[in-house]
Amino acid sequence: MSALTLERGINAFKAQIDAPMASFFSSCVSCGMCAEACLFYTENPDPKFTPIYKLEPMRRVWEQEYTLIGKLKAKLGLSKPVTDAELAEWQELVYNNCSLCGRCSAVCPVGNDITYMIRKMREGMVASGHAPEGLIGASTRAVQIGSPMGVKLPALQAQVKHVEKHTGMEVPFDKEGAEYLLMLSSMEIMNYPEYLEAVAKILTNAGKTWTLSSECFEATNSGIQIGSSDIARELVSRVVAAAEKLKVKTVISPECGHAYTALRWEGPNLIGRPYTFAAKHIVEVLDELRVAGLLETEGFEDAKMTFHDPCQLVRRGGVVQQPRNLMNMVAKNFVEMADHGTMNWCCGAGGGVSANEDAEEVKMKAFQRKKKQLDELKVDTLVTACANCRIQLEEGLEVNQMDMPVVGLTEMIAEHLVERKDKGGAA
Amino acid sequence: MNEVDFLLWVKGPAFTVAVVIFVAGLVLRLFEILSLGRKHNFAVSKGDPMQGGLREMWRRSIPADKATFERSLFTIVAGYVFHIGLFVVIFLLAAHIALIKSVIGFGWPNLPTPVVDAFAVVTMIALIAVLVHRLRHPVKRFLSKPGDYVVWAVTFLPLLTGYMAYHHLLLSPQMMLGLHILSVELLLVLFPFTKLMHAFTLFLSRWYNGATMGMRGVKS
Repeated sequence: MSALTLERGINAFKAQIDAPMASFFSSCVSCGMCAEACLFYTENPDPKFTPIYKLEPMRRVWEQEYTLIGKLKAKLGLSKPVTDAELAEWQELVYNNCSLCGRCSAVCPVGNDITYMIRKMREGMVASGHAPEGLIGASTRAVQIGSPMGVKLPALQAQVKHVEKHTGMEVPFDKEGAEYLLMLSSMEIMNYPEYLEAVAKILTNAGKTWTLSSECFEATNSGIQIGSSDIARELVSRVVAAAEKLKVKTVISPECGHAYTALRWEGPNLIGRPYTFAAKHIVEVLDELRVAGLLETEGFEDAKMTFHDPCQLVRRGGVVQQPRNLMNMVAKNFVEMADHGTMNWCCGAGGGVSANEDAEEVKMKAFQRKKKQLDELKVDTLVTACANCRIQLEEGLEVNQMDMPVVGLTEMIAEHLVERKDKGGAA
Repeated sequence: MNEVDFLLWVKGPAFTVAVVIFVAGLVLRLFEILSLGRKHNFAVSKGDPMQGGLREMWRRSIPADKATFERSLFTIVAGYVFHIGLFVVIFLLAAHIALIKSVIGFGWPNLPTPVVDAFAVVTMIALIAVLVHRLRHPVKRFLSKPGDYVVWAVTFLPLLTGYMAYHHLLLSPQMMLGLHILSVELLLVLFPFTKLMHAFTLFLSRWYNGATMGMRGVKS
């Protein structure tokens, strides 16, 4: 790989600038409403954390390169080119203080999709050598080892053996022609093995054929988080290759937000063609099984519960009602946070923030927003459907001495599963 | 140049030049934006991008989310007041409609001039309020560049001069009318090359954002 330089960064910015970006830059009237929508500003109110300001170097590149007035200004020496020192300074804004949660994009009165822009800006940050060490490490491990956390196949096989022993069910690998290919996140393999067991139970009980792939089991995509289309393409290509080799109908994206964005929305564009299979989040699959009558539950949780919406699943993914349908199957006392659904507040650690050591302090500040939401509600249990949100929520709750379990939605459903006598498919 | 010559000049050649720059500038700016294009999207749509885009074009004008409304109360309310005020003053004053009719050949009903006058006063007050807010609010002050203040000034001047001409303040009404027209010409000339352009591009931005959300099946 050639050296990462300012020139490469600027060229990457130029390559990323498209009509939507030009329109967004043209439309901003500096009203500041995006600041109030961003938890990295509200919980740490320094004006430099205003979402649109995070784009300032890229805005200048756009103005200088793609507008007549900007070109004139540059010729007359009225504007200065973006410097390497500026990009170095912006690293903190673009990575540590942005989880790509999309809340700014949802409130902007002129309609700017600021998150879309920051995702693109990260491409230039990577190319100019201004991505955080933590994300570089995660991306390197993802490309070389197959997992951002360095989890290898034997670790998964060990978990699978454990699940098989515990449930007496078969957890198939590389079963050609299965309906579903189940993808996982390393976080689930290492920290939340309950997830695999829960999905195994639910799918088997529904009479569905499913499989893991020994060639590719990691669905998270560090390339999307760091902002490198090259890395993102490589990682998503592995999923596509595994799915097409096994001829599955549907790939199930795990309880992870960004994996869904990577697989569902960015993936086909990264590989430059549509998939030959469907890509769905586990919550979508569970809700489909519920509708088809293949997912029945019994009993209810007594605890007062709320659901934390993972940004990429809900606000950026459109899976809004499904988790609520599932919650209502098993939770009698399910209450919503004041801002929920598409306007929910981020956990504070998405979009690569959790893999970025430089952001450790900032992400706990950002968690204060979730703390305020939870303090208002006084719930006993917090449910979510993203392993990354979950680990941040657990850490935040612990640091703030809040005694509250965080539960994965899929596991909770599995605990109430009614065993079907006829394990055939849909009647 | 005496008063009459000045008035003839601003109404004649200066006006023509301003309108030409305004229209050509608009076309150029829209071309600059749209010609950048965007990549084809291969992801399978969950919802209708067209529906999402069209919906967002008008929906963003409504402060639908209560909590967001409360957090940005002043910005939203003052913003509404001066935008509605500008609309009424620009498009519903009898004299303006007469001018528009002479240019494009048709007009529409007007509001009584004293009513429009009241709107002008409220609009000016709201504009002064947003300026003060911009200077005092830490985020707005931080984000604001010289261009943001220029845009404010060229929006305010036509209101002020129009008001003063109508009420025969300071200068002769003819002279003030000349200055009023000149200030509008300044506005027209600067429009395509400043943040004023948002009046057009915001629909494009809302369309792009809304289409993405529509495609992803997000109903906000």
